[in-house]
Amino acid sequence: MSLKKIVYPYIPNSVPATKEAMLKAVNAKSVEEFFADIPDSIRLKRKLKLPEPLFSEAALVRHVEGLLSKNKSTRERLSFLGAGCAQHHIPAVCDEVNSRSEFLTAYAGEPYEDHGRFQALFEYESMMAELLNMDVVNVPVYDGFQATGTALRMAGRITGRNVALLPATVMPDKLSMVRGYIKPDMEVELVPFDPSTGLMDLNALRKRINAQTAAVFIENPSYLGFLETQAEEIARIAHENSAMFVVGVDPISLGVINPPADYGGDIVCGDIQSLGIHMNYGGGHAGFIASRDEEKFVMEFPSRLFGVATTGVEGEYGFGDVAYERTSFAVREEGKEWVGTAAALWGITAGVYMALMGPQGMVELGQGIMQRVRYAIRKLNQVSGVKTHFPNTPHFKEFVVNFDKTSKTVGQINQALHEKGIFGGKDLTAEFPSLGQSALYCVTEVHTQADIDVLVNAIQEAVK
Amino acid sequence: MTHPKPKKLGAPKAVAPKPALRRFHQARWDEPVIFELTSEGQRGVLPPEPEAAVVQAAGDVFDNLPASLKRKTAPALPEMSQVHVLRHYMRLSQENLGVDLNIDVGQGTCTMKYSPKVNDQLARSHKLSELHPLQPVSTVQGILEVMFRLEEMLKEISGMDRVTLQPGAGSAAIYANIAMIRAFHESRGEGQKRDEVITSSFSHPSNAAAAKVAGYKIITLPPDADGYPDFEALKTAVSERTAALLITNPEDTGIFNPRIVEFVDLVHRAGGLCSYDQANANGLLGITRAREAGFDVCHFNLHKTFSTPHGCGGPASGACCVKKEMAPFLPIPTIEFDGTSYYLDFNRPQSVGKIRPWYGVTGNMLKAYAWIMSLGADGLREVAEIAVLNNNYLLNKVLEIRGASAPYAKGKRRIEQVRYSWEGLTNDTGVHSEEIGFRAADFGTHYWTSHHPFVVPEPMTLEPTESYSREDLDEYITILKHIANEAYTSPEVVHTAPHNSTVHKIDQESFDDPDAWAVTWRAYKRKLKKYR
Repeated sequence: MSLKKIVYPYIPNSVPATKEAMLKAVNAKSVEEFFADIPDSIRLKRKLKLPEPLFSEAALVRHVEGLLSKNKSTRERLSFLGAGCAQHHIPAVCDEVNSRSEFLTAYAGEPYEDHGRFQALFEYESMMAELLNMDVVNVPVYDGFQATGTALRMAGRITGRNVALLPATVMPDKLSMVRGYIKPDMEVELVPFDPSTGLMDLNALRKRINAQTAAVFIENPSYLGFLETQAEEIARIAHENSAMFVVGVDPISLGVINPPADYGGDIVCGDIQSLGIHMNYGGGHAGFIASRDEEKFVMEFPSRLFGVATTGVEGEYGFGDVAYERTSFAVREEGKEWVGTAAALWGITAGVYMALMGPQGMVELGQGIMQRVRYAIRKLNQVSGVKTHFPNTPHFKEFVVNFDKTSKTVGQINQALHEKGIFGGKDLTAEFPSLGQSALYCVTEVHTQADIDVLVNAIQEAVK
Repeated sequence: MTHPKPKKLGAPKAVAPKPALRRFHQARWDEPVIFELTSEGQRGVLPPEPEAAVVQAAGDVFDNLPASLKRKTAPALPEMSQVHVLRHYMRLSQENLGVDLNIDVGQGTCTMKYSPKVNDQLARSHKLSELHPLQPVSTVQGILEVMFRLEEMLKEISGMDRVTLQPGAGSAAIYANIAMIRAFHESRGEGQKRDEVITSSFSHPSNAAAAKVAGYKIITLPPDADGYPDFEALKTAVSERTAALLITNPEDTGIFNPRIVEFVDLVHRAGGLCSYDQANANGLLGITRAREAGFDVCHFNLHKTFSTPHGCGGPASGACCVKKEMAPFLPIPTIEFDGTSYYLDFNRPQSVGKIRPWYGVTGNMLKAYAWIMSLGADGLREVAEIAVLNNNYLLNKVLEIRGASAPYAKGKRRIEQVRYSWEGLTNDTGVHSEEIGFRAADFGTHYWTSHHPFVVPEPMTLEPTESYSREDLDEYITILKHIANEAYTSPEVVHTAPHNSTVHKIDQESFDDPDAWAVTWRAYKRKLKKYR
């Protein structure tokens, strides 16, 4: 490295003369004076051992793009992977808005200089509320797992009870997070499913539900892709036992599938990745929680809730925090769980997505996905030895394909698909051994008939 | 065609010098709420239609759906053409400030630094944005390498032995750390016995709140007369029931606690663990580390110290760094390298399990990695030095303003931020700190007071990071000075601020009244109708 003192483009005052002048202005001989309170015993007496820096932007781009070039994206491969993270088309306007400096680089300002953020997030809440047919939706939490954990804790606080009943079809990763999250105050019990339909075993539910049950939780669609057609009956059972009915949904299904509020859902939660957010190798998640506009629900939300109000000028909307005193920002550990930085930009993005789609777009999109899924299911069932699980249960965008009657494992089939540039469905053999050699496939609006045909032909080849 | 001859002026007309204060006015588009922009029949995007053969083969896809699950009416979303959606959001964006637009030194504790554009561009590559988390690892070697290398860097920066990048933000990282601490004690049969967590009143509220969620009783150390967390109070608090001390250093006062090793030792002697919230690490890069102070776990916020953009409040990213004794409890999966390729290790029986879906907020990991690579060891040290220099420069200037003070540690230098007090000014003029922050919006900037409770009266927390020039800091001071002067001479101007902002004073009463609050447009409409 040259001996020349580097002036760092990101550090304006790294110009040596400026640094000197500023030291002088504060009567300091060197920056060491500022660190005088740090005991010598804990000072790092050597330089950090980090890779040699790439000072020029050109070199940095070359290096990082070099690393990224080792990846093969779903733009370069045909992917049928889902499991709660799905490939959807992202409208250009979504990325245009979330790339805006004003949104991208702002943080936690007041409604006075950050009016735009407050309005955009209020509108996000409001459009989600239309999808969900509920009056209260939060500013996003981290992800759908977190939203589920919090929704169940809310149910626990509202009912004063401590058991949550979850379907045994829930994603094991989600179960792991939720169990750990509610463990100090609540227990999770799993309700088995009917192996032929995937649906919750209602007799088992009736046996398990009791005066300790805070919440009965279902997912619609479930992790395994099917729709829980008994939802209304499950709501009734929950309510007869004074438990909350908590429902996880994929919001992109709600153009065609009824929102849980219409079949008895008390608290609704889920992930908004499907609404205009890139998969980002699993880094594109944000969670929502919704409820009726009743004080007993609203006061249990940990998250920020942006509300609309009047201002000193007629015809002007102002925005601010509703019931702030319930949050940990206001009262630390006396607040409801905690609130902090989460995923606001994805909330704004999902708002843009819903506005672009409009009512008609959501209907067409939902129907189109279900048509492709049914087409794929029909075609796959024509392959010798291949069948899809839960054939009489409706599905939204994911479904389970079983290969027991072929001589191949899911691993072998996925390897064969991979060699043809196809990412086959998620291998479920470890998570759900009872389903045999099965994989979870996801089909969305990005898939054409030709894509599905390519998959079916490749599977046909692979199982031979 | 003949053109008239240009008029001879002889010399350009001189533009007068700029006034000392920027004549700012924020965009005020007077934009309706999006539902008021609906126009029946308009479309924003068209979803791809399935092919006729698909439609035909599928038949009626709702035929096996019970009536309770079939939506009867389309959701009442706005109907807008694409350009109108775009224009609406462009206008809202203009009604928002961000680091790229303002001298954002006023959000103390938030480390508002420049987020390099090149890193945002790199993260938008489909080679990251369009990766699915379950792809075969052979097709994601690039991003796994970035994550692995970033972990190696954070190990060195913290001095710790292992890192997880899974938490989705700083508070999530606090939670992940306390979850690991809980698992550690449980593994030694002390889970029941150790049911208390100690933190301090100047630490982020999530240290207390997340530990409470994890099942702990919270003990909060008040500041002593010098502003340090009270060591005598710690002595009283520590016992065989102590699970952990969750502490920040420097705290939000910017004063480094020189007795930190004694704090850590005291807790260790009682069998507790120590967790270092390094949200305030910006002034300490390459200067001192969690390892040397004896901590068992710590966490960094990639969206603060490591430059990734704050996104109006996320997506963020938290990195937990732990000593090897704590490594068995890390969330799954960990990222491993076998000498040839990178892979994910799920086989960790003592793990706390999942903290969030998949592996974390990958976009921010890439940006943080690129940022560190653009600076190197000397550059990180320069970040710390300039952040601290800027802070002490600002401190000197703020103390020259009538009515402002910096409680505690009189005459001492601070690290990267200061919690100031306007108590003097409030007593003199009746103008509150919050109002000064609102008035700052009239000059194209703002500030944040403090977390609650306001231990420092009439607080203002400034953290000028390394991203601001001397001129920027001088301009910020000019604004504060001007507003302080207004408070003394014409307080009404400050009380009624903002004047040049997008909106005027917002009526707060409805936000705490269940009959009046409205978290969504539909609730607003419904309630208006009901009470009209």
